[in-house]
Amino acid sequence: MPFATASAKNMDKSAYGIAVDNISVTYSNSRLALYNASCYVKPGTITGLVGPNGGGKSTLFKSIMGFLSPNQGRVHIDDISIEKAQKQQLMAYVPQADEVDWNFPISVYDVVMMGRYGYMNIFRIPSRKDRRIVMDSLERVGMSEFKNRQIGELSGGQKKRAFLARALAQQGKVILLDEPFTGVDVKTEKSIVNLLLQLRDEGHTVLVSTHDLASISTFCDRVILLNQTILAAGTTAETFTEENLAMTFGGLPVSSLPSKTNQSPEDRSDNQPGHTFVQAKVKAPSKSHGVDA
Amino acid sequence: MSGLLLSVLSPLLAVSPEAAWNWLIEPFQLGFMIRALWVSAFVGTVCAVLSCYITLKGWSLMGDAVSHAVVPGVVVAYALGLPFSLGAFVFGFGATVAIGYVKAKTRLKEDAVIGVIFTGFFAFGLVLATKIPSNIDLFHILFGNVLGISTQDIIQTLIAGFLTLAIILLRRKDLLLFCFDPNHAKAIGLNTQLMYYTLLSVLALTIVTALQTAGIVLVVAMLVTPGATAYLLTDRFDRMLMISVASSVSSCLFGTYFSYHLDASTGGCIVVMMTLFFMTAMAFGPKYGILAQHSQRKFNHDENKKRLNEMS
Repeated sequence: MPFATASAKNMDKSAYGIAVDNISVTYSNSRLALYNASCYVKPGTITGLVGPNGGGKSTLFKSIMGFLSPNQGRVHIDDISIEKAQKQQLMAYVPQADEVDWNFPISVYDVVMMGRYGYMNIFRIPSRKDRRIVMDSLERVGMSEFKNRQIGELSGGQKKRAFLARALAQQGKVILLDEPFTGVDVKTEKSIVNLLLQLRDEGHTVLVSTHDLASISTFCDRVILLNQTILAAGTTAETFTEENLAMTFGGLPVSSLPSKTNQSPEDRSDNQPGHTFVQAKVKAPSKSHGVDA
Repeated sequence: MSGLLLSVLSPLLAVSPEAAWNWLIEPFQLGFMIRALWVSAFVGTVCAVLSCYITLKGWSLMGDAVSHAVVPGVVVAYALGLPFSLGAFVFGFGATVAIGYVKAKTRLKEDAVIGVIFTGFFAFGLVLATKIPSNIDLFHILFGNVLGISTQDIIQTLIAGFLTLAIILLRRKDLLLFCFDPNHAKAIGLNTQLMYYTLLSVLALTIVTALQTAGIVLVVAMLVTPGATAYLLTDRFDRMLMISVASSVSSCLFGTYFSYHLDASTGGCIVVMMTLFFMTAMAFGPKYGILAQHSQRKFNHDENKKRLNEMS
């Protein structure tokens, strides 16, 4: 069992934080998506990642999950590298709805079982324990009765819950959810939020990206404001201010150069609410091209 | 045309049932036909299994590319006195690596890259085939020659085929996860790069397997059509595999059999049969068939109308 190195019991004791250390990402079409972004997602919290569309939320997620490698900087799960953290099943990811092929011939149960693959031997034969954990995870999100449905036959909220169940089955200590509330009704949103609160209380670290600003203050302990770089990070009460939001979504760069922080990771997220970075002309160049193509 | 019709109808019109029976079993009394039947059924099985993954991953075009790219490999292998499958595999796999490289290094979209690379390989193969003196029949490479398949070629087909089946069988769950959600595969610490190349090499191996039966032009049909047919008929991957294999094997058997009586291209007959299966599934599929979708829509419409009437 190559991937089951970290036993679940030890992991229950401690929570893990996400240390994003000065990362920059430029895509191959030369669009700069993230610039000198540093932050620390505190262990055992629910942290909301807030920013405009195209502000780099997905890029930051992909960097944290190791789906893309930044041009500069690195991400750690405390002092564990991303690759190691993934092999230890520390990191679970709940994708956006449009990243999934809903016509794929696969049932809800099989999707959730995929959360257990990392614990199985090379042939991926589920043990009794795997099956029990899958059933428990389905039960916990209220999807037991839909376990044999093909995933495309679910409503928007049920689809989200199915993938949430996969994250539960994986028992990752760090859970990233990309836009979990889009296409979801109020009731499902509430039950997802309740589940996230429970997970936090069990010592999971939850990072949620959303542009549903209204719900942030109801369940996020902390927020990170992002537009090309980390504009502010801290407790919701201190950081989720109108002034900061205007800065994040208003898009006007505030001119103070990104300070090379010498702070320890723990301190980093406690930057003063107004802490801001330049958004060097990041978005402009794409349009002028068209003609010479 | 009339000759063809006559050859099909005459035994049926003949009075003696004995003669009709003899006509029917005639192909089974010929050694080369028996061999062609089981070889094509084996190839059909291998292709059908892989086709489920290829259709779900969206790699049909990649299959087309690999099949054309093997031509120079076959020619070079013959010239050097090596097994044709070795050369075919090296060039087929090489083409996929080249496609990946060009795609990463240029701003081109994948279909353009595939188009450039595979035609380049194919053309290079044509030049080699016409310049290097050898006894390769280009027509057989292009359109297959299962009726005249040699024992040596059968051995190569079997090795490549069993290797393919073994790899897919052992890694089937990971490959399915890779097709469905490569991000999750990465998130749980699996080596997605390795899976990518595993699937590509299995694709190249399958094409080597099918080369003698269908030829490079039609092999893509054997790699896509059975999976596509099955995908229209079910929502379960296990069932999709079974339907795919069943439709593919029966197409291969019937196609080979009919090709004898019609005196027509075997590969062509097999693929026509597959296409007929596909069209049947598309029309009559219980859930995703055109007819079913049509009546489902009508049903929904009537239901909504009823509900509206009740409300008012």
